[in-house]
Amino acid sequence: MTTELRQPVESTGAAATLPPVDLAPLRRRRVRAAWVQAACIAVTVFMALPIVLIGLAAVSSRNALVQFPKPLLPSEYSTETLLAFFQATGTFPALGNSLLVGIYTVVWSLLIGAPAGYALARYAFRGKDVYQVFVLLVRALPIVVLSVPLATMFLRLDVYDTVFAVTLVHTTLALPTTVLITASIFVAVPTDVEEAAQVFGCTRWQAARKVVVPLALPGLAASSIFTFVLSWNEILGATVVTLGHRTLPAQVLTALDEASTAYRFAGGFALILPALLFIFVMRRYLVNMWGTTLR
Amino acid sequence: MAEVVLRDLVKTYPGATARATDEVSLEIADGEFMVLLGPSGCGKTTLLRMVAGLEMPDAGQIVIGGKDVTYLEPRRRNLSMVFQSYAVFPNKKVADNIGFGLQVHGVPAGEVRRKVEWAADLLQLTPYLDRYPAKLSGGQRQRVAVARAIVMDADVLLMDEPLSNLDALLRLSFRAELKKLVSELGTTTLYVTHDQVEALSLGDRVAVMRNGEIAQCDAPTAVYDDPASQFVGGFLGSPPMNFLTGTVEQAAEGSRLDLGGQSLTVPAALSAYAGKPLTLGIRPEAIEVADGDGALTGELQVLEPLGSSALLTTDIDGQTVKVQAPPSFRADPAERLSLRIPPEACRWYDPETSLLLEVR
Repeated sequence: MTTELRQPVESTGAAATLPPVDLAPLRRRRVRAAWVQAACIAVTVFMALPIVLIGLAAVSSRNALVQFPKPLLPSEYSTETLLAFFQATGTFPALGNSLLVGIYTVVWSLLIGAPAGYALARYAFRGKDVYQVFVLLVRALPIVVLSVPLATMFLRLDVYDTVFAVTLVHTTLALPTTVLITASIFVAVPTDVEEAAQVFGCTRWQAARKVVVPLALPGLAASSIFTFVLSWNEILGATVVTLGHRTLPAQVLTALDEASTAYRFAGGFALILPALLFIFVMRRYLVNMWGTTLR
Repeated sequence: MAEVVLRDLVKTYPGATARATDEVSLEIADGEFMVLLGPSGCGKTTLLRMVAGLEMPDAGQIVIGGKDVTYLEPRRRNLSMVFQSYAVFPNKKVADNIGFGLQVHGVPAGEVRRKVEWAADLLQLTPYLDRYPAKLSGGQRQRVAVARAIVMDADVLLMDEPLSNLDALLRLSFRAELKKLVSELGTTTLYVTHDQVEALSLGDRVAVMRNGEIAQCDAPTAVYDDPASQFVGGFLGSPPMNFLTGTVEQAAEGSRLDLGGQSLTVPAALSAYAGKPLTLGIRPEAIEVADGDGALTGELQVLEPLGSSALLTTDIDGQTVKVQAPPSFRADPAERLSLRIPPEACRWYDPETSLLLEVR
């Protein structure tokens, strides 16, 4: 009995006649990638440059502030400018007010807005579309139009010029976006994970707490960053409903006219810094929680 | 351990015109493995979700172990479920996923750990207990889902297409494993699938569903060999059952089915159909290619070598018939093949109702 070994068919000659590798598409691809990179850098510089400049100014001495052109790194570091700002009357209380208002606004808008967002995400109910548009209507009204009646009402209710009053205004402003953002977050949490929790013994409430909220956390963090920054930057409403207990932006804005250059730079820096810090803290929750990037 | 009784279950989804399930009744014995099989949209998943309590029926009743659970919350039904998408909790480690149900039910930690280790060992998950599900493959995730379901000691185990997201090879091996596992546990199981091979291989009984109704519910071999309707015959089997329609002619030696040129003997029991149309149903593997002495002649159109067999597409007087021939079978296109139709493999259907006609 003979065993026949099959030889693989060899390709002969074909290789010699193949056309040369065309590198042009690869080169085009690289050029395109380079352009995208350049654009990214340009946008980053555009966004970061003012922050860097104001930060530099804030740690420079008073004399350095008027120098032109400005050095990339300050010739001498000085706390003079920042001190001038923080020693100015009303800065510290205003900073405290702003932080409190920001945190309260985040808490309240999540407490009220997240359940509404959950309902929008999970249930089909009559008037859902109308509701979604209606929710946004609050943002269609100018803040002034909202704040003046609110101010009179707050005066009557004796809550005018309090952190609580500003919190109420900011929560109102933040709620529409909170509702819509959290709705899209809850849509992304798979229904069957929630159903699995229910089958395995959870009540609806337990299923939400043990499974849905942890899964929605990155999105909720993003939403709260958004709310906090919105509250931190809001001036108009805060100015109208307060008098003595200003938030920081309102305080800075009021003092801007008669303030020194140092106060302006330091004030600007102080306005940026907490929002940046908040974003850096919450950023951790945005991505990469359980070894995977969540939708 | 419990038996499940479904009685006249009706469910219509809001906005839908047709009923998702239309007065479905089904009894699943204690420890039985029941498979719900059907094309997508036939209501099999709706039925399962109603048993789970994730969907409320409009009418009808569900009884598990003698207790009415029709409108009870899922957590009070003492059942466990494996989801099509696995539905493992991404924020919990494998061990916590498996022990989730026990923890929620307040089982002591030591007991939870013991059971989790038992289930993990059974499903070869022990090395992964400390990982998050994101680090697991699809097959491993499905094992976690199964482990999570079996630690519960539930009355009823529900499975919603648990293998459909796995790749073909994995599905094959996991299918056998699942069958072994469930038969060892002896839990009453309701299993939903659209894969007929899965249904036939796993089920003690198979309920074939169509348009919200159960078309046939019987043992796998019975469903395969004696399809109660043309739908069941056409849905089960790969390739499915052949159907040949003709008119019954009364001849001297008995009734014959006239296919328009060729004809075939009809059992005497069906002589009442003389002059009326009748449909013959026959499985492709039952037809033999004969050396000239077959009952019918078909023109070969396509020959597909499939490795384990050769699939022939033939044309008999304008009607297409698939024939499963031995793998070594070779013939030229357009060749006329003599086909032997064994009478015992023939099933007869009324073309009007498409229901099986009892011959014996």
